[in-house]
Amino acid sequence: MKKIIAICGSGLGSSFMVEMNIKNTLKELGVAVGLGDMEVDHMDLGSAYPGVADLIVCGKDLEDNVERFGETLVLNNIFDKAELKTKLETVLKEKGVI
Amino acid sequence: MDGIIQFIIDFLGTPAILIGVIILVGLIAQKKPTSEVIRGTLKGILGFLILGAGAGVIVGAITPFGQLFEEAFNMQGVVPNNEAIVSEALGTYGSATAIIMVIGMAANIIIARFTRLKYIFLTGHHTLYMAAMIAIVLVVAGVDGVLLYVLGGMALGLTMAFFPAIAQPTMRKITGNDDIAFGHFSTLTYVLSAEVGKLVGKGSKSTEETSFPKGLAFLRDSSIAIALTMMVMYLIVVIIAGPTFTQGLSGGQNWLIFAILQAITFAAGVYVVLQGVRLVIAEIVPAFKGFSEKIVPDAKPALDCPVVFPFAPNAVLIGFVVSFIGGVVGMLILIALGNTTLDPMVILPGVVPHFFVGATAGVFGNATGGRRGAVIGSFVNGLVITFLPLFLLPVMGDLGFANTTFSDADFIGVGIIIGWVATFNQAWLVTLLIVGLFSLPFIHAIFSKKKEAPKAA
Repeated sequence: MKKIIAICGSGLGSSFMVEMNIKNTLKELGVAVGLGDMEVDHMDLGSAYPGVADLIVCGKDLEDNVERFGETLVLNNIFDKAELKTKLETVLKEKGVI
Repeated sequence: MDGIIQFIIDFLGTPAILIGVIILVGLIAQKKPTSEVIRGTLKGILGFLILGAGAGVIVGAITPFGQLFEEAFNMQGVVPNNEAIVSEALGTYGSATAIIMVIGMAANIIIARFTRLKYIFLTGHHTLYMAAMIAIVLVVAGVDGVLLYVLGGMALGLTMAFFPAIAQPTMRKITGNDDIAFGHFSTLTYVLSAEVGKLVGKGSKSTEETSFPKGLAFLRDSSIAIALTMMVMYLIVVIIAGPTFTQGLSGGQNWLIFAILQAITFAAGVYVVLQGVRLVIAEIVPAFKGFSEKIVPDAKPALDCPVVFPFAPNAVLIGFVVSFIGGVVGMLILIALGNTTLDPMVILPGVVPHFFVGATAGVFGNATGGRRGAVIGSFVNGLVITFLPLFLLPVMGDLGFANTTFSDADFIGVGIIIGWVATFNQAWLVTLLIVGLFSLPFIHAIFSKKKEAPKAA
């Protein structure tokens, strides 16, 4: 697992905040972030394509739009850091990253 | 000697380089590694240049639309779209916008640190757009030089703390806690929608107690939404203006093909501009967030509008659809007024503002007035964001004739207030307005009984 992308409708504000939260969470979980390690980025719905990342993070309202691009992590509250941490930790453990 | 001065003027007078310098200083201040400093600085400059390239594409696609609309209806048609107007504005007001943005973010931190308005506005693209808006109206008002930057920055900082504050009572209702604030510059219509909800919503059930078809979800993809609505609008104007007139503009290309291509080109331009905006703010916002968290740890982060969408997904769709209907009704009223002495410009319903702003108005209306609140609140929102730009266009100078304008209510509200005061042509009056408003929260903090002793910064 090499790349995580946060997606929102316009790819400007929300997904960017989520990206920053993901980066912080990864640091807390001891996962190295950056090129060659775990890449984290954000984009809008229109720029995404199937296989864009190993994991896509989005809010519950975009679940139906994003599913076709690959494995998704859906947040009920996109800015809830605790929810993100719990869910991300589970996925990372499944994938053997941590 | 002249060569050196010219070099310095060109260096700092070029907005893209100015942005680069600002980011460079920010990254060095955060003690980032060299590779990160080089990467971030270049990406910021790259973003700004991409923005300019996108502006060219948008102007190329919206200009024939303006001509066609005039031929068809004998009125001027305006498509409100923040990205389009900002990218055009940055051609002339780029340097002023960049400096105002930086001073504004500093002012926001100062306000949050020393007053009760403890909000840090983290929606970076809206900060950029508001900076551009303020730069335009102040320059048109004749303010320039250092005064332009300082007044502009104060005005921007104030909007960044004030608007989240007025949204907070409803935000508490929506999210059920007081931890996050709301930062999206159409707060005036959101609060209006919440107030309308209170008035009409007595006993109305929440939108979330019904199931609602999700067939419109594909419009969440803004490129698709823009392309589709522009296509509809373009086809309407070419059909009324007629093939002969259209093919005069298209240089002989088939009129229908021309209409469809121009509509999608407009969407392409917005896509390019957004890519540029993304690169620019991606380098600025983390620094702003980092500094503000250090200096004002107890501040509430004011976040982008989709923050409220998951709390009421049905209200999101209802808000979008009903607000769009409001926009269409508003447009029809304006067209009907075209034959009277008022002869207004026609504000067309842009799908992006109606989606994001309408959806949010729906959530706010639902929070205070259930289903009825969501429907009526977002309808009022749709009408208001259609009529408000009419009052903004006259204070925007040459950009008032750009066939596009700001779409969200706070940009327009702030523009109208500053622009109206500026029509008196007295720089001191504008200064008094901004300095006066800026000092209010500080005065309030000093006289407030529950004032906490400021901690050492």
